[in-house]
Amino acid sequence: MRLRADHIAIERGGRRLFSDLSFELQSGQALAVRGPNGAGKTSLLRAVAGLLPLAEGALSVEGGDDEAPLGEEAHYLGHADALKSALTARENLEFWAAMLAPGGMIGGKAPMGVPAALDRVGLHHAIDFPVHALSAGQKRRVALARLMVAARPLWLLDEPLTALDRAAQERLGEIMRDHLQAGGLIVAATHAPLDLEISRELRLEAAP
Amino acid sequence: MRKAAAALFLREWRIARRIGGGAAIGLVFFLILVTLIPFAIGPDLRLLGRIGPAVLWIAGLLATLLGVDRLFQSDDEDGSLDLLVHGRLPLELVVLVKCAAHWLASALPLVVASPLFGLMLALDGKALGLVAASLAVGTPALTLIGAIGASLTVSLRRGGLLLAVVALPLTIPVLIFGVAAASAASGGAAPFAPPFLALCALTLAAIAGAPFAAAWALRLARD
Repeated sequence: MRLRADHIAIERGGRRLFSDLSFELQSGQALAVRGPNGAGKTSLLRAVAGLLPLAEGALSVEGGDDEAPLGEEAHYLGHADALKSALTARENLEFWAAMLAPGGMIGGKAPMGVPAALDRVGLHHAIDFPVHALSAGQKRRVALARLMVAARPLWLLDEPLTALDRAAQERLGEIMRDHLQAGGLIVAATHAPLDLEISRELRLEAAP
Repeated sequence: MRKAAAALFLREWRIARRIGGGAAIGLVFFLILVTLIPFAIGPDLRLLGRIGPAVLWIAGLLATLLGVDRLFQSDDEDGSLDLLVHGRLPLELVVLVKCAAHWLASALPLVVASPLFGLMLALDGKALGLVAASLAVGTPALTLIGAIGASLTVSLRRGGLLLAVVALPLTIPVLIFGVAAASAASGGAAPFAPPFLALCALTLAAIAGAPFAAAWALRLARD
């Protein structure tokens, strides 16, 4: 699978964040998006996820499911964790598994079960806790477990390390390496160094 | 797709039933409104009996719209809406399923309780059942119209007030036929069936149209 951005430009509130941006990403590769606050890292990820219209250029994906739009092949992990605080971690993840999983399997890889995914992020003991009883870092880990309960090839991670402790950051590195090994793609916007071999780096400059 | 719809319904239902979900507040609000009217008008049973159906309908209308403003707003705030846009379920169906769960959790208890509240307004036995029937077929339309307002005001703080301003005028046809059916049931000269059937038609039209309008508004609010 290959993700290609062709001379794209994004505008927010009438201001051009960047233009003429091109990159290409293959299966098994990770792209780190870096740049100062306000440079458009989040906007770039949201545009790839199909949540933000492009001002110019085109995004395309080759070798995926032809029927599905790009957004439906992507996991988007934004600043917000997309968890309902009244529900337990298990209920939240079971919902997203049913909601986000594609009809078939991608790349022959079956998604993980909810207990296994929570175990992977080290939260197996909290599976039946309501999410409002979890700390910010634990909530972030539940949100990361969401990436594993539904199999989608392209991961768009916006500051994935936020609120994670050292051990959890290492686990995330492991999870991301596994995903790349299975032929996935990762685009991550981050200030901190990722525990991962970065294939490409994209540096966005602050717009004037 | 059916599995995704069932999962969404279960999630909405659980959220509504848990602490802070607000399903019971609509019912209490309904009770308070219906209790206030006799205090304001005085203990004239004939007058109360005559305006009773209208009071029940106004109270039902306000109580239904009370909880709808959080229908999409909470999903917008915690980032769920971004993901729902790219889920397995088309956004139109997401709207419809959320409305169905919201109606079952917060409007259906109101319909079931309305005969009891009708007693407080001196409605007679036959009218109690028919007013409840008119509320049962009319309130889904109110929820769906409220959902259009909720999707238009999704990203605004204090959206609840604006929602009322946007949605209340749209509910006028439902209110007219609802009160007409309810009044006919409580001994009016006009027959019950025509306004009741018009009410059914309005609800069917809302089921067919409102999800598209709300989904369109939600997509516009994404960028």
